[in-house]
Amino acid sequence: MVCVLILAVAAAGTVAVVLVLRLWTVLRCQDVTPRESLSLLVVAGSGGHTTEILRLLGSLSSAYSPRHYVIADTDKMSADKINSFELDRADRDPSTMASKCYIHRIPRSREVQQSWLSSVLSTLHSMWLSFPLVHRVRPDLVLCNGPGTCVPICVSALLLGILGIKKVIIVYVESICRVETLSLSGKILIHLSDYFIVQWPTLKEKYPKSVYLGRIV
Amino acid sequence: MKRVFVTVGTTSFDELITCVSAEDSVRIFKSLGYSQLTLQIGRGTVVPEAFSAESFTLDVYRYKDSLQEDLQEADLVISHAGAGSCLETLEKGKPLVVVINEKLMNNHQLELAKQLHQEGHLFYCTCSTLPGLLQSMDLSTLKCYPPGQPEKFSAFLDKVVGLQK
Repeated sequence: MVCVLILAVAAAGTVAVVLVLRLWTVLRCQDVTPRESLSLLVVAGSGGHTTEILRLLGSLSSAYSPRHYVIADTDKMSADKINSFELDRADRDPSTMASKCYIHRIPRSREVQQSWLSSVLSTLHSMWLSFPLVHRVRPDLVLCNGPGTCVPICVSALLLGILGIKKVIIVYVESICRVETLSLSGKILIHLSDYFIVQWPTLKEKYPKSVYLGRIV
Repeated sequence: MKRVFVTVGTTSFDELITCVSAEDSVRIFKSLGYSQLTLQIGRGTVVPEAFSAESFTLDVYRYKDSLQEDLQEADLVISHAGAGSCLETLEKGKPLVVVINEKLMNNHQLELAKQLHQEGHLFYCTCSTLPGLLQSMDLSTLKCYPPGQPEKFSAFLDKVVGLQK
């Protein structure tokens, strides 16, 4: 009985060590593979988050295709904004007609003013549904800018790397609203993203690991 | 005809809507020469009664596909501190007063309002200090807002993902 217990603990310990090593390897890997196009998964939060992320996307070339958008199931406005954005894009540059875009919905990780405890529970619920989505899409790049919805998505993308399925580049752009302090998503994802972009010099000083390009929205 | 446009974006900000539609505030707007007040109330539960009098009109709505027209026609914009609302207003070169919603988590919006105020692009306040600010502010001191540069983002991203020519 004791032997079985010891074996079980040893096995669990080994698995944990392997997972941590894999995580460390995945996070450190910043190899640049030359390529002609890459599939993109974009997390659109509500309101200003979507506005900011669409401004960033507007500057990207048509090589970033197909584009998969993930929005919270309770977010009605973002789908409209995204559709307008994509139609505008297709109008301005007919060569992008060939590029595809898709909108996916997942449960919101937390509502504005939701309590901490229920935020944790709803985030876990979102994780349960995010991983199959990310696994199905297998994007080359995940781009997000702070809504709670992005944490389960980014963790799922990281998991793809840890499990040896695919290395996904995770790029996080902290909202322009964040001048001196990081958002909660930012505080979590600064450790898990490949590139963490901030838009004000104060944040760059506080978080030297971040990338500062000036105001980009 | 001078217009004031109040916007809360996609959020709910009942305190602001209550404040700007109160009799005292309407009186202040009139005294400053404004004759139209438009309220975009988003998800809010406070819905003031629209009215149209000889010297003053109040319009109320929740959402429009785009606020561009209302922003363009406004002579003064009073907004919650959301990034989208602020940036769209500043990019149109409109005078902006940002009202901080003190009920939000960590009140992160305050940082942006403070920074942009320090740079001279807008005024900011809370609902309780709004009437005082309206009467004392000098809009001519506001500075033009230079737009952001998303092309720096695309150049950076192209390089790190291996798309650079």
